[in-house]
Amino acid sequence: MDIHIVSILGAAVAVCFGAIGPALAEGRAIAAAMEAIARQPESAGTISRTLFVGLAMIETMAIYCLVVALLLLYANPFAAA
Amino acid sequence: MHANPLHTEILFHLGPVPIAEAVVTTWVIMALLVAVSWLGLRKAAIDPGPLQTALEVVIETISSQVADIMGKGSVQFVPLIGTLFLFLVCANLSAVFPGVRAPTAHIETPAALAAIVFLSVHYYGVRLRGWAAYVAHYTRPTPILLPLNILSEITRTFSMMIRLFGNMMSHEFVLAIVAFLAGLIVPIPFLALGILVGLIQAYIFTVLAAVYIGAAAGNTAFE
Repeated sequence: MDIHIVSILGAAVAVCFGAIGPALAEGRAIAAAMEAIARQPESAGTISRTLFVGLAMIETMAIYCLVVALLLLYANPFAAA
Repeated sequence: MHANPLHTEILFHLGPVPIAEAVVTTWVIMALLVAVSWLGLRKAAIDPGPLQTALEVVIETISSQVADIMGKGSVQFVPLIGTLFLFLVCANLSAVFPGVRAPTAHIETPAALAAIVFLSVHYYGVRLRGWAAYVAHYTRPTPILLPLNILSEITRTFSMMIRLFGNMMSHEFVLAIVAFLAGLIVPIPFLALGILVGLIQAYIFTVLAAVYIGAAAGNTAFE
């Protein structure tokens, strides 16, 4: 197969499958935070601050996949530009 | 949609040195930060004016956050961590001005910031603990973990860089796609989300820097 087609497929696969894990993880994190806020509404501030930081950390995993995909598309070392 | 997110826009050449767009934005942000601090603290008084009060609130908030993370003796780290945070907030939010692109959305700026953190970790580690103790902490809990400890030192710096770059750049990219697909009003919620993302990434980068430096200095619970 042509290196360009392989790169595009690789980028699509990287983002598709790379998004699954972080999506599930973010869902679990938000569910846990909701439960905690429902149980202790007075500590909602601390919980949501920690939640945002945690979500950003989880999201980073998906961002790594996006970076790999963009590298494949725009800065592919194997495809002579 | 042919904009390459990894491409660096060269604005002009200063002699043989190419000056990129991100460098100009960075220097403008640095000049603004210095100018505001200078204006606010030029005539620092016990009974402060509005600007000095605002600056004091910012500094005190940062100091208390740093103290929470790094524990005792955190005062010496406040200038570094605080500057990092203030610069990152300004840099990430500079994209809200039309025509300005966040310098952190190019890979060079996050790389430079991560390198600063990487070097400060070793600088403070050696200075506060001494050479022998600092090098020895890589062989704990057992000397077998030495290669892994060294590897983690490199990968965490790399991941700090990619995290900041990826988040800022991907946000810009998503905005471009949304603006490309649907005209005027639709991108506005994404712009608002971008402000949130910028603040959170600045906070995360700063907290991680504080944790790493604190761990190297050996005076925190993050050992």
